[in-house]
Amino acid sequence: MSFPWAEHYAPKNPFMRWMDEKLPLPRLVYNAVGAGYPVPRNLNYFWNFGVLAGAALVIQILTGVILAMHYAANGLVAFDSVEHIMRDVNSGWLIRYAHMNGASFFFIVVYLHIFRGLYYGSYKAPREMVWLLGVVIFLLMMATAFMGYVLPWGQMSYWGAQVITGFFSAIPVVGEPVRQWLLGGFAPDNAALNRFFSLHYLLPFVIAAVIVLHIWSLHIPGSNNPTGVEVKGPQDTLPFHPYYTAKDGFGLGVFLICYSLLLFFAPNALGHPDNYIAANPLSTPAHIVPEWYFWPFYAILRAFTFDFLWVPAKLWGVVAMFSAIALLFFLPWIDRSPIRSARYRPMYRIAFWVLVADVLLLGFIGKSPAVEPYVRIGQFAAAYYFAHFLIIIPLIAWAEKPLPLPNSITESVLGEGSDDAALGHPAA
Amino acid sequence: MLRFFAPFIAPVVGALFVLALGCAFFSHRDPTALQPADKYHREPNEVHYSFEGPLGRYDRQQLQRGFQVYKEVCSACHSMRLVAFRDLEEIGFTKPEVKAIAKNWATETPSINPDTGEPATRKPIPSDFIPGPYANETAARAANNNALPPDMSLLAKAREGGPAYIESLVTGYEDVPASLKKEFPDFQVPTGLHFNPYFANLNIAMPPPLTSDGQVTYSDGTVATRKQMATDVSAFLMWAAEPKLENRHRTGIAVVLYLLIATGLVFAAYRNIWAGKKH
Repeated sequence: MSFPWAEHYAPKNPFMRWMDEKLPLPRLVYNAVGAGYPVPRNLNYFWNFGVLAGAALVIQILTGVILAMHYAANGLVAFDSVEHIMRDVNSGWLIRYAHMNGASFFFIVVYLHIFRGLYYGSYKAPREMVWLLGVVIFLLMMATAFMGYVLPWGQMSYWGAQVITGFFSAIPVVGEPVRQWLLGGFAPDNAALNRFFSLHYLLPFVIAAVIVLHIWSLHIPGSNNPTGVEVKGPQDTLPFHPYYTAKDGFGLGVFLICYSLLLFFAPNALGHPDNYIAANPLSTPAHIVPEWYFWPFYAILRAFTFDFLWVPAKLWGVVAMFSAIALLFFLPWIDRSPIRSARYRPMYRIAFWVLVADVLLLGFIGKSPAVEPYVRIGQFAAAYYFAHFLIIIPLIAWAEKPLPLPNSITESVLGEGSDDAALGHPAA
Repeated sequence: MLRFFAPFIAPVVGALFVLALGCAFFSHRDPTALQPADKYHREPNEVHYSFEGPLGRYDRQQLQRGFQVYKEVCSACHSMRLVAFRDLEEIGFTKPEVKAIAKNWATETPSINPDTGEPATRKPIPSDFIPGPYANETAARAANNNALPPDMSLLAKAREGGPAYIESLVTGYEDVPASLKKEFPDFQVPTGLHFNPYFANLNIAMPPPLTSDGQVTYSDGTVATRKQMATDVSAFLMWAAEPKLENRHRTGIAVVLYLLIATGLVFAAYRNIWAGKKH
């Protein structure tokens, strides 16, 4: 599952040799993220975000396990138990703020990771499975984050749960019974809170398992690179360790600095003040808004205000919101252009940056109250989102004239006529 | 057959979504009339606190003055159920002072009669949470024209604008501006409510809490103007909502400094390892 020139694990230490015979776990690590994994030499900093997402998951699991030792998943005391953590548990404020902002940073790095994949065509053959598993991870993350946000049982927790579970009631005929079955009641209550806590504890481990598959499937074709040209020989790659462990280590440092600045100096900047008010089923907040990482999808949900083709607008909204993510599953086959990297795709490159602007605009609309002019802008931006993936991408693949590709990664690094010695390899 | 149609599936689905949104985009909207709050609602004043910025710390004297305002003014209606008397040691009160504050608190802590088991009350002790002025929500509403005075433990974090909003609100009561009356002739402050441009819908149930300078007498000699009392009590409420702010700032400085050095070292290692490798 690697290139033939990959370095081989040859333990010298007798204990490691003994271990390798009984349980070759060090060998697995060596081949997965050690010197045994040859990686294209030209990866830029955008290739740091996979490792950073993994680091964010580890932070979330560690802080989450500690929080669960002090949190009580009961509607009567959940809110107070979080405040108990904030006030009376030793360093509880640190653990709780780390978890709360860790969720945001998890999404920041995953969004950058996804957009890197979109820009450099990492979703295309032979890496479709890597991409599909990535979308599964993204969906699991969204479910986990949503249920985690419900746990403090503040006003936004409660009303967010009310809105999100309300999606299911849009399903014709069976919608309302399904919603009640999922919630365990007519409205979010203790039953819902308890099952959300149970699932919020479970899903991160499912995510970890899917990440294993994600990395496994990545290691079969090997990593993509900024040129999108496949690896042709040993001169195109460097061993993951020490080259990319060092580079990822630096990326991790920068990530932790940004994370700490927010965590220690503006821990509530990305939260909503209403969630410091205990849940009250009798008092609806003026504006119910989800966490920032859901804003673009919330904007798409709310953009559908017209019963098009006699289908209720609410159902359209829910279907569209899920489709906005589900269409990513089909992207490897929607984009029929054989060229991966946007570097050599002049039209796609423009479309990519317009999409980035469109998603940011959708995010702004999702945050804003549902009044004019935001609703109309949101409808335009949502229409563009679907048009980008379903109409513009196939059109570009058909119409675009790509720029000439370099013959190899090495050539793109050194220019034409390069040879192995110039790359710093000792003449063997 | 399928091979022929496959490339058209995505554009057709896309066109469906675009058409549904296009119809929504061009559908008629009822014009919404401008509301008084759209124009006359005011953003909080700019207030400067000692705890702002990465090196910010609480001013203990100010917190004690703020606590005095809470005790003598706000606590008549607002509870602070998440703060215990013992926590007041953090703002500079000594153990005996805290004991005295607890013992002399205006309301007592719910308890039971040890002999009969009947509901009873007793004098609070430092380990008790501060008892609120009302036994329950119904009692609170009954005493306040059916409005519920919110608990103040987290108020400074539970409102957009934080402590500056609280400072602006308690000093922001005024008469309805003539321009507003002229522009919205139907505008009326409902009976029992009070006009306050800092409140979201301009009409707040809380009567003006700080009515005159010198309403409380500060023992540290600070002149208790309305503005001063408002700033002090809002700072105190920030402490009540975020008592670990100073630990957080201190830890944060150390963590970020450590990470800067560590990241610098890792960067040097990275450059060293990659030296001579073109990429």
